[in-house]
Amino acid sequence: MKLIKSTLTAALAGVTLVIAGLCPVAQAAEADIRLDRAPADRFTDLQALQRGAAMFVNYCLNCHSAQSMRYNRLKDIGISDEQIKNNLLFTGEKVGELMTISMSKKDAKEWFGAPPPDLSVIARARASGAGSGADWLYTYLRTFYRDPSRESGWNNLAFANVGMPHVLYDLQGEQVARFVKEKDPHDPSKTVSKFAGFEIVKPGKMNELEFDNAIGDLVGYLVWMAEPVASQRKQLGIAVLIFLGLFLFPCAWMLNRSYWKDIH
Amino acid sequence: MATGKKEPVLVTGLGALDKPASGLLTWVDQRFPLMENWKAHLSEYYAPKNFNFWYFFGALAMLVLVIQIVTGIFLTMHYKPDAAKAFESVEYIMREVPWGWLVRYMHSTGASMFFVVIYLHMFRGLIYGSYRKPRELIWVFGVMIFLCLMGEAFFGYLLPWGQMSYWGAQVIVNLASAIPLIGPDLAIWVRGDYVVGDATLNRFFAFHVIALPLVLLGLVAAHILALHEVGSNNPDGVEINENKDPKTGIPLDGIPFHPYYTVHDIVGVVVFLMVFSAIVFFAPEMGGYFLEYNNFVPADPLKTPLHIAPVWYFTPYYSILRAMVWNFFWIDAKVWGVVAMGASTLIFFFLPWLDRSPVKSIRYRPRLHTWAYTLFVIAFLILGYLGTLPPSPVGEVVSQVCTLIYFAFFLGMPWWSRWGQFKPVPARVTM
Repeated sequence: MKLIKSTLTAALAGVTLVIAGLCPVAQAAEADIRLDRAPADRFTDLQALQRGAAMFVNYCLNCHSAQSMRYNRLKDIGISDEQIKNNLLFTGEKVGELMTISMSKKDAKEWFGAPPPDLSVIARARASGAGSGADWLYTYLRTFYRDPSRESGWNNLAFANVGMPHVLYDLQGEQVARFVKEKDPHDPSKTVSKFAGFEIVKPGKMNELEFDNAIGDLVGYLVWMAEPVASQRKQLGIAVLIFLGLFLFPCAWMLNRSYWKDIH
Repeated sequence: MATGKKEPVLVTGLGALDKPASGLLTWVDQRFPLMENWKAHLSEYYAPKNFNFWYFFGALAMLVLVIQIVTGIFLTMHYKPDAAKAFESVEYIMREVPWGWLVRYMHSTGASMFFVVIYLHMFRGLIYGSYRKPRELIWVFGVMIFLCLMGEAFFGYLLPWGQMSYWGAQVIVNLASAIPLIGPDLAIWVRGDYVVGDATLNRFFAFHVIALPLVLLGLVAAHILALHEVGSNNPDGVEINENKDPKTGIPLDGIPFHPYYTVHDIVGVVVFLMVFSAIVFFAPEMGGYFLEYNNFVPADPLKTPLHIAPVWYFTPYYSILRAMVWNFFWIDAKVWGVVAMGASTLIFFFLPWLDRSPVKSIRYRPRLHTWAYTLFVIAFLILGYLGTLPPSPVGEVVSQVCTLIYFAFFLGMPWWSRWGQFKPVPARVTM
């Protein structure tokens, strides 16, 4: 009986640990805006991932590299070597190559103030207490707005004074952010400007829904690229837990019981 | 040999010489004390029969040590200890090395689980008085293992060369510069450079993969030898060696470690592996606690992160470091922080001599002692939690109160451990 109790306690402790782990760590939030939830159904949807990959190669992979990612890893999401070669291979020559770019870090620094970060694991790096990396990217890529005070002419709600201009403006169109002055809740003598919504001033090729959908696909791809093995990992995990729980544990339990039945 | 007298055959192995298998065992045994050690440490090492849940963690710590060494060997085959290549080589392991992701996640999860298991193992020692006479040296070796493990974890954490690796190492090495007079030079000597850089990475790699593991293995051997010299404690804190069978000399409450506790520990190992696998396969980042998010950004010496937090197992001591904000006796608060942090780990060494309670186990101690342990554990957990957060005025006061509780628990122990009404300790263990 004691062993049952102990084992249950151990199992409970383990489960609690895992649950505790799933709660995100409260870390210093970079932006004070609430992050929108990225549509999680895209992370495993092959068609969405393929659309996201196309968008990534077309729009991101000119200034940003993904140095840890090989083109032919895209086979994992159902894109053949032939398709990669014909449609997605702009910067490289062979499908076995890494997703590098030709822009030098020195030039990049001169043009944007800081070299654009490598995007291989960006979806993992951008996670915080405020939300997952996907949530941050989904919010960030949709909240560029016109700001004449910035050198690039653009600013961003999730990443204030970002160096990157709005690369997708032909899709989303151009929007401006409205801010209202509010009393500072900590100091009534001061006012703070609070975000009060976007306004499209010049429509793009997509309407809001289409654009959100496209960004959902792109973010899904970035999440996949940050850990291409993730779905295989989870599948294997189920098999391992079934083996341990349904086979090894009963064996160990019965072995232990048969030895301990004489000990009182 | 002229007399033709037969030499006595030394048979210490099982069975007779005419069977080939036992013949081999005897052959070995005449040259190496195999059966002698097997008996001394396993089949005739008598452990109390009343071990409970808390007694799994010693064996589990050994299991995690083996996991760390084996996965570590395979990681070393692919990892590049070079500031220009380290970060990418980790991603290379994650993507290109067959099963590299599994080996790496097992190693990163193993690091945290090592501390989970060791903290629970230490807690067991604390509540059942396993450090009391005659087991002081077991405890002292154990604390040395704990300190060595902290060093191992600290050196290993620099290797992925992410932002947290880099700035965490920067902060901790800078602590050395708080030491008066020699501090700044010492910090440069440790880093091998004016900032954490390639030289630092290479030496930390050397410490992580060879120097400290060697020390660790030696200490583990000493820990177990000391344990098997005096015998295991148990939840009742009763010495089983005081009640031996007059004929056989075997403790009446003792059972052979093998097979009883080996089969028992296998159950614990399987349950542990289930928890371990659940993390490795479904939550390897553990919500940013086991793999910090910011560590997926390559180290950048020019960009200090807004918030530098150590991994969870160091956060209680980090909180104690941050709690010291006063410049006592014209000495900088930073120095006091380092002193307090160092003292908070070294104080464990003195536990066997601080505890003056007439009984070992919490089972027979006054209720007051249970409260003292509870308060200590709560203070430790709060310190750990606060260490993951950015500094704040409220957090600072709370961490100062908890630091006070932490040290009061140890330094007050010679007094409070004698207070209250103790219960009578039974002569024999209870099941």
